[in-house]
Amino acid sequence: MKKDLSLDFDFTAIEKRLGCSRRTFMKFCTGVAASLGLGASSAVAMAQAVADPARRPPVIWLHGQECTGPTEALLRSEQPGLAHLILELISLDYHQTLDTGAGHQVEEAKKKSMADNKGKYLLVVEGAIPLKDKGIYCKIAGETMLDITNEAATDAAAIVAYGSCASWGGVQSASPNPTGAVGAPQVLKNKTVLTIPGCPPNPANFIGTVLFFVTYGKLPPIDELGRPKWAYGRLIHENCYRRPHFDAGRFAKEFGDEGHRKGYCLYELGCKGPETYNNCPSLEYNNVGGGVWPIGVGHPCFGCSEKGVGFEKPMFSLSDVKTHTPPNAFPNIDHRPLGGNMSAAGVAVASAAVGAVIGASVVASSKIKKQEKAQKQPKSS
Amino acid sequence: MKRRDFLKTTLTTTLGSTAAVGISSQSVMARGNLKPAPDAVGMLYDSTLCVGCKACVSACKKTNNMPPVQAKNKKDTADFARDLSSKTLNVIKVYRNGNLAVKDRQINGFAFEKRSCMHCVDPGCVSVCPVTAMRHNPITGIVTYHADACIGCRNCMVGCPYNVPQFEYENPFGQIQKCQMCNQAGVEKIDKGGMTSCAEVCPTGATLFGSRKSLMAEAKKRMALKPGEVYNYPRGNLDKKPSHHEKEIPIYKKHIWGEKEAGGTNVLHISSIDFDKLGMPPLKDRSSASVAETVQHTLYQYMALPAVALAGLAFTVAKNSNNDKDNDNKGDKK
Amino acid sequence: MSTHKALPGRILSLPFLVFLSIFLVGMYFLMQRFVFGMGEVSNLNGGFSWGIWVVYDVVIGSALACGGYALAFTVYVFNKGKYHPLVRPAVLASLLGYGLAGFGAFFDMGRWWQFYNIFLPNNWNFNSVMLEVGLCVTAYIFVLALEFAPAFLEKIGAKGLLKVLNKLLFLIVALGILLPTMHQSSLGSLLIAMGHKVHPLWQSMHLQPLLALLTALIMGFSIVIFEGSFSAVGFKEKLQTHLFKNLSKVIIWLLLIFLVARFATIIFQGNISHLLSFDTNSLLFILETALFTVPLLILLSPANRSQGSRLLIAAVCMLLAGSLYRFNAFLFTLNPGVGYSYFPSAPEIMVTLGLISFEIMAYIVLVRTLPVLHHEKT
Repeated sequence: MKKDLSLDFDFTAIEKRLGCSRRTFMKFCTGVAASLGLGASSAVAMAQAVADPARRPPVIWLHGQECTGPTEALLRSEQPGLAHLILELISLDYHQTLDTGAGHQVEEAKKKSMADNKGKYLLVVEGAIPLKDKGIYCKIAGETMLDITNEAATDAAAIVAYGSCASWGGVQSASPNPTGAVGAPQVLKNKTVLTIPGCPPNPANFIGTVLFFVTYGKLPPIDELGRPKWAYGRLIHENCYRRPHFDAGRFAKEFGDEGHRKGYCLYELGCKGPETYNNCPSLEYNNVGGGVWPIGVGHPCFGCSEKGVGFEKPMFSLSDVKTHTPPNAFPNIDHRPLGGNMSAAGVAVASAAVGAVIGASVVASSKIKKQEKAQKQPKSS
Repeated sequence: MKRRDFLKTTLTTTLGSTAAVGISSQSVMARGNLKPAPDAVGMLYDSTLCVGCKACVSACKKTNNMPPVQAKNKKDTADFARDLSSKTLNVIKVYRNGNLAVKDRQINGFAFEKRSCMHCVDPGCVSVCPVTAMRHNPITGIVTYHADACIGCRNCMVGCPYNVPQFEYENPFGQIQKCQMCNQAGVEKIDKGGMTSCAEVCPTGATLFGSRKSLMAEAKKRMALKPGEVYNYPRGNLDKKPSHHEKEIPIYKKHIWGEKEAGGTNVLHISSIDFDKLGMPPLKDRSSASVAETVQHTLYQYMALPAVALAGLAFTVAKNSNNDKDNDNKGDKK
Repeated sequence: MSTHKALPGRILSLPFLVFLSIFLVGMYFLMQRFVFGMGEVSNLNGGFSWGIWVVYDVVIGSALACGGYALAFTVYVFNKGKYHPLVRPAVLASLLGYGLAGFGAFFDMGRWWQFYNIFLPNNWNFNSVMLEVGLCVTAYIFVLALEFAPAFLEKIGAKGLLKVLNKLLFLIVALGILLPTMHQSSLGSLLIAMGHKVHPLWQSMHLQPLLALLTALIMGFSIVIFEGSFSAVGFKEKLQTHLFKNLSKVIIWLLLIFLVARFATIIFQGNISHLLSFDTNSLLFILETALFTVPLLILLSPANRSQGSRLLIAAVCMLLAGSLYRFNAFLFTLNPGVGYSYFPSAPEIMVTLGLISFEIMAYIVLVRTLPVLHHEKT
């Protein structure tokens, strides 16, 4: 029978540390495990990993060209526990926004942590990295972001690019891209960089990824753009609750029209859901609830988490519908469902009939031949 | 002697009929292709704009009160229409090649293609129908079907170059089903100044409604633009304040299907893929219907030829019937 | 006066019972067609809307029933009274063939309960080849009935009616020649409007009516020989080889004209490449042409012409050739569009075989009850 695996574990310490009940904590872990597509046992494993202070990974968190949106979004998550939890999951050794220290002191701390935790720390990059003019357009403590990133990446156990800017350059990289901004994967070409794009990205996608890392010591499976598959495996269009309107051809034609008020599909207003991979429809945003995410509040998806879409495509131009590209349920040009193919019975009956005609003719012909011979013989004799 | 006569007559008769047919081939131009009605309405399907949302398919079903086509052995309500049928008058199909990497590319790409009635300018189905159950509206150019006249011979299906009319084989009291441009009795969207349902719902303007003239001009305009240029594509009804959206001009094949094929069609198609790849038939400029009608009218104009033949035959038979008796008698005497 | 006599003997025989059972199976499926719709029994689809019910029962079936037409042509136009003995059985076979072609057209009609629409002048579309075929075939069935009526009237002894009929016979016979000429050529014209769907080797456009007419005549003469031979074997009658012998000379000319017209069309249309491609279509063409050429070679030899067995083989070849020509054009090589396919379903074929069985049974019954077959006074 089912057994509550968490019962064997002493949660007193974690209850104290996180300031939440065991029940809330387990619920959280189970939720994260579920959104990762993992089972109850993984939830327990995660809970144990989090509860064990020794397993908290040290984290170096860098900021490049950006608005600090990802961090701000994380801190302002609606459920107060979320940010707290995230910060409690990790040992945040260096974070330019959150560090209480400043100046040389903080830089020293970073260097010390990196040296102490060589090969063990998690590197989080937030913001784009300018390459033009040797990267002089973004400097921290006199060093370029390019150098800082390269240095920090050398001994990192894993690298996470958090936000669209870090994932491919984001808004900075939009044409004409004056500073030559790129994302972390473009700088760290020889390393595996997990990307969590979004502007800002959903903190839930970060926490799930980090929890996985804490629990299993490796990053979750990623796609060819470095995105964790569990969060970016599907197009927004695929899970969108306005999708039935799309399929039925019910579109809002302009903001405020009848269709818009009725909650019809926003495709004609330029929704990029059909070409943007993210889990917004299922998680909405920041656990605010009540349908709070762009499409939920009646604005077309902007495609913030999709390279080449957000910041690139005009806001109201129509998107390419990726769900509707083959292989998908489209009939081929030559597909004819109403068959008419040969059946064994059909062939058998047809050939029997033709055979009967030919056979009967041959028999009749030979009979006539005999008859004629019989007629001839008396004559000749 | 007699045998020679026999053969001679056989030969002359055969040559005579050959000559009759020969005349028909000479006077072929007597019935050329029909010309487009000046105010014909139509649609322009731009395959490069189609995103495959199938909104047109479901809108069509709704307007025509047609049930979803179910997948084999499944009783679900989702539509699995795979081809035109008596329950599906409009269907989006896909052209696939190689790794399907790029839309609207012939090699290693894919493209969508709409199948629905082309509303021919010189419709084969109208020409072949013995009982005028298929009619061609002289003003709108819409090809309509009238079940009250139909005997179900299905010559329209055979005579349609695109296999559009579909018979309800599964119904013992079935009828032909075909797109009537949402202008059938009880719907009459066009007469009321509206547009077809498929054009109405199309979010990209891939199916655009309008008069054949303005659609033809629109198609030519798109062909003339450079690929990559941003063009403001109209949606809905081209002649009545269409909404627009911007998109880059793709690499079109410089071919407007329906401009000339078999006399042309009121529903025009443009695409980045060769039309034979999209399942369009190998049509010549002259409609087969016009050839068939020319032959038929040459042979049967005012029933003159048959009447003369009948008179001649009656005379010959009457004469020979008398001889015949003589022959019989001769035979008996022998 | 008449030398036609009913054939003595039992109607029920083993072959008759075999035909009866095939007929009953066919009728079972035909009943299904009327109860559940055509899709239940046939393999018809969106591309192939005409299956064997149209192509065999009507298009080929009527050509196989052209014996009456061919003989009427010979006897009355070319004034060959000596063929008279062949006429009445041929007319009976034609009447049965055409009657079933008409019935075939009826049950193939999707909206059979509205069949009368084709007879209402306000519906007529004079551009339609089908209209001509429909009206003309119907008229010809009545003409055939009148042509065969003497056999029935003799049987019941209605001498007054017989006299009236004989007076009008010249008109009936004239119609009996004109009408098949019209609709048999039109059956070919049906292919013109099908345009590109018909394979280039069979799409002769303007020559369609002529080729169809020639095949109808070839098949008409062949079926006379075929039926005569089978009557001789089946009913143990005397074989009329001496009559067939002379008919075969006409056939030679018809075959020659047909083959010349056929190849000339293909050459002038520039379709030789299709002939030499040796794909299924080209092989079907070669088979069909062989079936037309072999009888020509057989019949060209005078020795063969006086041998009943050889004549029968030639006739069967020509019947198969003519049937294959029409099957090929309408069905086998037809290409309605990419992806379509058609092969008749077993029930569909059974319906057709049931009708053929009915035709044979009716022929046996009528030949044994009415004065149809000709007997020389001995």
